[in-house]
Amino acid sequence: MSFRLYLLQRLTAALMVPLIAAHIVTIIYATRHGLSAAEILSRTRGSLIWASFYGLFVLLAATHGAIGLRVVAGEWTSLRGRSLDALMLAAGAILTLLGARAVYAVVAA
Amino acid sequence: MTETMHVSIWRGGPDGAYVDYEVPRLESQTVLDVVIYVQRQLDPSLAYRFACRVGVCGSCAMTVNGVPRWTCRTHVSKVAHGNRLTLAPLRNLPVIKDLAADMTRFFEKWQQAKGVFAPSATRNETVAAIRPDSPSRIAIDKAIECINCGVCYSACDTVAWDVDYLGPAALNRAWTLVNDPRDADNKKRLMAVTGKGGCQNCHTHVSCERLCPNKISPTDSIAGLKRRAASAYVKGEL
Repeated sequence: MSFRLYLLQRLTAALMVPLIAAHIVTIIYATRHGLSAAEILSRTRGSLIWASFYGLFVLLAATHGAIGLRVVAGEWTSLRGRSLDALMLAAGAILTLLGARAVYAVVAA
Repeated sequence: MTETMHVSIWRGGPDGAYVDYEVPRLESQTVLDVVIYVQRQLDPSLAYRFACRVGVCGSCAMTVNGVPRWTCRTHVSKVAHGNRLTLAPLRNLPVIKDLAADMTRFFEKWQQAKGVFAPSATRNETVAAIRPDSPSRIAIDKAIECINCGVCYSACDTVAWDVDYLGPAALNRAWTLVNDPRDADNKKRLMAVTGKGGCQNCHTHVSCERLCPNKISPTDSIAGLKRRAASAYVKGEL
């Protein structure tokens, strides 16, 4: 792993810490107040704040996870160099797409 | 009657096999005592290394019951499984013969990590004054007593997974020099320890710290290198 990727993975981890905390607080709030799926969707749909919050979360998680997957693949498989980069980019793209689809589902009006 | 110990020793090169020996068990016996007994009393062809016998030279490290250790200061009573010892050459290094591992790669990585002091002054200048209580000197003190035994390198899973990883000992050495205000080569050193196989590959498993016979923490040193390099990167120096 290059030092730049290492720093990027640490940076994404650090940025995710407050987002994870907010996400957990949101879950606890929703379950404690007995919010139904419809009630949750009524608050998230059309909300730029929730779209930005979870959109950023998805980008950070996809970047962080893809770099980590590259490290694991480099240590546990025979993949090297560009193959590892291709795996990382593909994993990052798939995670971003899946995450973006989920965000779209809860914020699209 | 003297108790007998069952000792399995790796014999041959990479395609070798374990051979069993019976060795008398003695009080205060070290693992190196066992190896010496086998070589002097049972099989003179046994290959292994040792020099000082007192934990200074770092040449007698081997894998003892699956764990890398300095054998001259390791008592049999502390590591034997019942009455059994299994001895092999150090992991993560090619075996030459029997218990002797080829240390070439280990020391080449010290060179790659720029583990050589680069003076910033000549002998004609005043000797640099370094306070013993300065933070940099304290950091050096914690890491300086490495005897190059290779135990940490052998214990490191990251070395096992990534053949290019510089390893705990070389990075620990680099950390002592990074903290040396007299050294002139720290920019190149930080480049070296953040390049291919650099400090960023450490997973902080702490095997090196747990098994270092001199109680050094290469894990701390590597974490220090990561922080120092990250800081240099942010400042545009890397």
